[in-house]
Amino acid sequence: MDEISIKLLKLLERDASLTTSELAIMLDRPSDEIAQRVAELERSRIVVRRKALVNWERVGEETVTALIEVKVSPQREVGFGAIAARIARFSEARSVHLMSGTYDLAVEVTGRTMKEVANFVSEKLAPLDGVQGTTTHFLLKRYKEDGELLDEPEPPPRLPFTP
Amino acid sequence: MQTISEPTAEPRGRKERIAARVRDVPPSGIRRFFDLIQTMEGVISLGVGEPDFTTPWHIREAAIYSLERGYTMYTSNYGLIELRQAIAEHLARRYGVAYDPQDEILITFGVSEGLDLAMRAILDPGDEVLVPDPGYVSYAPCVVFAGGEVCPVPTSAEHGFHPRPADFGERVSERTRAILLGYPNNPTGIAPGRKTLAEIAKVAEENDLLVVSDEIYDRLVYGRDHVCFASLPGMRDRTILLGGFSKAYAMTGWRVGYVAAPRDIIAGLVKIHQYTALCAPITGQMAAIEAIKNGEPDVASMVEEYDRRRRVMVRGFNDLGLTCPEPEGAFYAFPSIRSLDQSDEEFAEQLLREEKVAVVPGSAFGACGRGHVRCCYATSLSQIEEALRRIGAYVKRKRKA
Repeated sequence: MDEISIKLLKLLERDASLTTSELAIMLDRPSDEIAQRVAELERSRIVVRRKALVNWERVGEETVTALIEVKVSPQREVGFGAIAARIARFSEARSVHLMSGTYDLAVEVTGRTMKEVANFVSEKLAPLDGVQGTTTHFLLKRYKEDGELLDEPEPPPRLPFTP
Repeated sequence: MQTISEPTAEPRGRKERIAARVRDVPPSGIRRFFDLIQTMEGVISLGVGEPDFTTPWHIREAAIYSLERGYTMYTSNYGLIELRQAIAEHLARRYGVAYDPQDEILITFGVSEGLDLAMRAILDPGDEVLVPDPGYVSYAPCVVFAGGEVCPVPTSAEHGFHPRPADFGERVSERTRAILLGYPNNPTGIAPGRKTLAEIAKVAEENDLLVVSDEIYDRLVYGRDHVCFASLPGMRDRTILLGGFSKAYAMTGWRVGYVAAPRDIIAGLVKIHQYTALCAPITGQMAAIEAIKNGEPDVASMVEEYDRRRRVMVRGFNDLGLTCPEPEGAFYAFPSIRSLDQSDEEFAEQLLREEKVAVVPGSAFGACGRGHVRCCYATSLSQIEEALRRIGAYVKRKRKA
């Protein structure tokens, strides 16, 4: 991929709301070229989705998130892939990652209540063929998300005029 | 003025408490706006001269750690040797100029102190310094406080504010001691290329002048390499290089800069510095060591960010018909407001009152800055876009009237 598209991706990753014309000015390229590049990146699912980073804690919405360590037995031919895909299809699973170390899959699950999450683990996740065991860690507080400090105080003011 | 013949003439001190050379320097042109802005809310300021980033955390953390370990004492007059060594390596690696960290590098309270020391160390009363106009607000006063006289070298929008070497040569007199350069430039953002600088170097060589080169913005250049004046052939021996940490690492409040120069010159500067400042603050020096050793990725990402904002601002002004030469460095755009029927000071004041956008009138940086305003793009993109909208509304009204 060329340098312009890499820069384009970095910009969109930080701020998905940037418009084609803003991107065009920043990257010093014509607008139609940028529109074409973005369309191509979306078509090839390099840009999977444009999203906003929401701090739900400020909204006061109660949601429960758990990180679940899952030990699985890899299968012939497909390794961890088949079981990972099976888990990932559940809408409750926000993310599914294969890990090195003492367990295999890290699954982030969200629900409205602790009970909802617990039910998902005991009724959907744990009984799956190939799942040997799970350890559930409930998330207590988010400090930083996607590179952003969530409760960073306003920076102290700068002098409005300096030479 | 009183004359000696007047029998009642009193010593100056009785009536006038401030010395003549201080009185003669006009008050800062920015002050008035500062007072005005205090009374207003919702102002977007493009009048700042510092990064909007906070100092990167690893640098702050290193400073905190130094305090925990008890680094709260004076340092050598020259500054911490570890910092001087790091600066020497940095200058050698980036620009191929060699300075002995023992006695050719001095750590100062930012470039501001370095500039003051340089002027006081090299000027005798009446000595002249060639200074491109417009230029940073401190240049002329520092020359005057040191007893020297400023000889402005005009630059103009017609030539994109690039200095023209012949203009220096023409202005050299018996009393000329030095050329004072500040590139990349505050307020214009101009960064002349090697060829122009080499021709200015030739003027210095032919007339046996010193060159004080303020390169505080050396790391903030866009799509080009910075040319260190001392790296030009023959110039290391006549250059007093001023550099610092404020802009590149977003460390304005730490007050750490440096002077690199031949040892006889540094010896002169140290003589003043040891009695007037003693040493730069140790916490700032500790932070600077971390910055110069591990701050490269921060510099790169901040420069990338400034570059994007620069494009948005420059495009915005040109679209409004406020012609703006392409700034090549620093973080200022210097658009012309000559298409409107008012002075840069009136423009700045009315814009602040009517649209709540603060900019700095170009005339604050010298007579040649008239008809322009300095706008800093070290602020968030959304603020820049909103400021451009407001300026657009103002310009539209003015043109209709």
